[in-house]
Amino acid sequence: MTEHAHGAGESASARETVLGRVRDALALAEAPRVEVPRDYRTGRTLPDDDLVGLLTDRLLDYKAEVRTCTADRTAETVAEALRAHGARRVGVPPGLDPGWLADFDGEVEADSAEVPAPRLGELDGVVTASAVACAETGTLFLDGTPRQGRRALTLVPDLHVCVVDRSTVEVGVPEAVARLVPERPTTLISGPSATSDIELERVEGVHGPRTLVVLIRTDV
Amino acid sequence: MRIGLFATCLGDTLFPDAVKATAVLLTRLGHQVVFPPGQTCCGQMHVNTGYQREPVPLVRNFAEQFGDPSIDAVVLPSGSCAGSVRHQHGIVAERYGDAELVDGVAKVRAKTYELSELLVDVLEVTDVGAYFPHRVTYHPTCHSLRMLRVGEKPLRLLRAVEGIDLVELPEADACCGFGGTFALKNAETSSAMLADKMRHVAETGAAVCAAGDSSCLMHIGGGLSRIASDTRTLHLAQILAATRTSPYALAEAAR
Amino acid sequence: MSSTFLGMPAAPPRSPYGTGNLRGEQKFPEAAHGELRNEQLRRNLGKATHTIRAKRLAVTGELPDWERLRDAGSAIKTDTMNRLPELLEELERRVTERGGTVHWARDGAEANEIVTRLVKATGSEEVIKVKSMATQEIGLNEHLEAEGIRPHETDLAELIVQLAHDRPSHILVPAIHRNRDEIRRIFLKEIPGVDPRLDSVPAHLAAAARAYLREKFMTTKVALSGANFGIAETGTLSVVESEGNGRMCLTMPETLISVMGIEKVLPRFADLEVFLQLLPRSSTGERMNPYTSMWTGVTPGDGPQEFHLVLLDNGRTAALADKVGREALNCIRCSACLNVCPVYERTGGHSYGSTYPGPIGAVLTPQLAGMHAAKDDPNSSLPYASSLCGACFDACPVKIDIPSLLVELRHQNTEESGATAEKTAMKAAASLMKRPKLYTKAQKASRAGRLLAGKDGKLSHLPPPFNGWSATRDVSEPPKQTFREWFASQEGQAELRAAAPQDDEGEESR
Repeated sequence: MTEHAHGAGESASARETVLGRVRDALALAEAPRVEVPRDYRTGRTLPDDDLVGLLTDRLLDYKAEVRTCTADRTAETVAEALRAHGARRVGVPPGLDPGWLADFDGEVEADSAEVPAPRLGELDGVVTASAVACAETGTLFLDGTPRQGRRALTLVPDLHVCVVDRSTVEVGVPEAVARLVPERPTTLISGPSATSDIELERVEGVHGPRTLVVLIRTDV
Repeated sequence: MRIGLFATCLGDTLFPDAVKATAVLLTRLGHQVVFPPGQTCCGQMHVNTGYQREPVPLVRNFAEQFGDPSIDAVVLPSGSCAGSVRHQHGIVAERYGDAELVDGVAKVRAKTYELSELLVDVLEVTDVGAYFPHRVTYHPTCHSLRMLRVGEKPLRLLRAVEGIDLVELPEADACCGFGGTFALKNAETSSAMLADKMRHVAETGAAVCAAGDSSCLMHIGGGLSRIASDTRTLHLAQILAATRTSPYALAEAAR
Repeated sequence: MSSTFLGMPAAPPRSPYGTGNLRGEQKFPEAAHGELRNEQLRRNLGKATHTIRAKRLAVTGELPDWERLRDAGSAIKTDTMNRLPELLEELERRVTERGGTVHWARDGAEANEIVTRLVKATGSEEVIKVKSMATQEIGLNEHLEAEGIRPHETDLAELIVQLAHDRPSHILVPAIHRNRDEIRRIFLKEIPGVDPRLDSVPAHLAAAARAYLREKFMTTKVALSGANFGIAETGTLSVVESEGNGRMCLTMPETLISVMGIEKVLPRFADLEVFLQLLPRSSTGERMNPYTSMWTGVTPGDGPQEFHLVLLDNGRTAALADKVGREALNCIRCSACLNVCPVYERTGGHSYGSTYPGPIGAVLTPQLAGMHAAKDDPNSSLPYASSLCGACFDACPVKIDIPSLLVELRHQNTEESGATAEKTAMKAAASLMKRPKLYTKAQKASRAGRLLAGKDGKLSHLPPPFNGWSATRDVSEPPKQTFREWFASQEGQAELRAAAPQDDEGEESR
């Protein structure tokens, strides 16, 4: 038996007992092995225009704001989006291309792990890239790499402008999940935060950013 | 075809008109109806209430009565009893029966049908030549719908009835609240479900609420009777058995 | 002590009696009695369940491979249960490799002690919580409070329930029994410094919760969560949510403690491709829930730097030991079965007395906590809290055959119940029905019922146990002739001959 990490004062017997019970249970009621049928849709593709169209449709359905542009107009479009929402002070992850904020005339703060996360609340908004997007569900995947930043950065400020490159958009969930790196802290975002807790009526805007702007770059 | 008719204990004892209609209908379609006289009950009530040892003789009796290879098909004018034969007899036989019973159950199960299944799937008929010039709404019953998956079959049969004014029942797929001993053990919840079902029936303005199961009809009919509703309940077979030459006398019907 | 080395497998124990929230104080019919009379509750539940049903059908209907996804989801969960020991060990290994600490809890009390000790070690006297069924099941909040630690629920519905000193009544929407006006009154009374002009517009109520919880998210050092999925292959944990309170709890504090039932493990990361389609569409009726968080151990510079995973048994292995009943462990807590259940719709979740209400609760609760832990155990009534209509089976994203499980648990109940009046009656009925001649005699005797009927041919008052029936339903008097009598009669045969096709070339001669 190998050594396992346990908290102080905790005996290893709980572990052995639970695992022993599981083995006993399976011995008492033997289970036939099952083959998992995986004939659901995977590996789907769509022509570029249809893909962007589908993603846009689904994002709008979940009350995100969608802007499309070509790569050479990134800075202009980012600035427009920030201006439209009155953002003056904006945070960016450390690895974001500074050129994206070139047209923005407000204050830009590069985030770092040293900044206490609650202080991110002083920002009007945040601009990041994304790792993957799923068109069918309107979902953006952030994975904590330098162009997307730590999780708190896209959580505490009230406005999130997220840049999505066409090449990162997949049709469905299986295609998008296949592109993830499991060990990275990953956040799936589908529209602004929402709740259905009052009479199952959807209300957008609770604890996460109340405004989500998705900027789709159609040529990269 | 030689068709074995299982009357069900409820149909035999309390609602014989629905079983008669089944026999008349199948005879009219040119089939020979046989009624093995040793038949009694399928044991559904026992199994659904948690008793699986007690109904073993009932399961055995069903398999023996209808195991006769000269019987081409077995028909039950009840979705829930047909469901019991198809889904529960095997469980009872495996657990408390013997190999012979398991075998007998499997054989008879394969040729057992609820009425609409027999008509549409086996006899391949949807227009049975019925005549029923009244407004009818149809309650699909849970076990026909979700255990046997009869789908649209009863409605296809009803749509082909001459003169019928078939109106859709709002929230038709919702349970009426019967559920066998559920109606006794959880009588108040059952009544709350029944109240909503009756409200939907009333919304249709139908003269008749039809279904393919006398037990659900007993429940809905019992409730409609209590509130002195103008809508009466009838088994699907009773509508399909009615013809121009032998019409159903709706006004005189007691149930 | 483990029985692994003793050779003979022992039946694993259920959740210890008298702990946690897996047993109500009344049997289901008695508990439902009061709830059925609550008109406001009936309206709230009716509106909410009908809304969510329509949404679910719309988003499941738009996937042409929905049934294939259900088949895959069902098979993955079954495969998981079959390989649970190796998968749990793999999960433990991966989490540990990535800087997390794994703890094992035999039951709820042990899990509560572990969590309390871990919180105390941080020095924090309060914790923020993500909605979690497992921590609700074991009564973690009550335990923490008794130990001087304040738990703050951060999911809006859980907050409503906590502020109202109420109990959750739904897996997904714990405050489904409350409407907007009631929620407004609760907030006005319980949230310190809330604007007294707060109205009952849901968006304004949500904003009030945001303002109240913001400070807690920014200052609390410890968070507690459950987990929707724990991936054995990678050690990745996942929480699926909507409001962002989950992200806050999983990101802002220094320490994160997650309590996960052992059945929540999944073999492979890629299995998420199935469950991230099944779960949101079945639960909230959305194509995807707003936020899903995935984390693997500890990530330097991002989120909590201390992570503990508590793996909980608490009766799960007892359920696993039942060949039929173990299917209930496949549940992914989407609550679709509650939303389509005609019984739940009328009685609400509190009638079930357990953290797990509705159809899945009726099969899961008795297996986790037992049905005969005490005389007249309320849990023995749960398998009967269903008309067996089957709507739950159709709605379940992992195809749990809940009606068959209910029938199975009813059988287990009668087997464990000893002698009862009902059993005697069932035996008598079966013994009568296996003798066709006796049965025929009894049918004739039943005609005595005609004497009890009124002039209209109806029986309107029946003795117990049939009085519940006759409270709202009449019974027609038995007919003069049974079917078998008619069939055997000359009159019956004449009727059939008259119905037969005139053409003698009919079916009979074929």
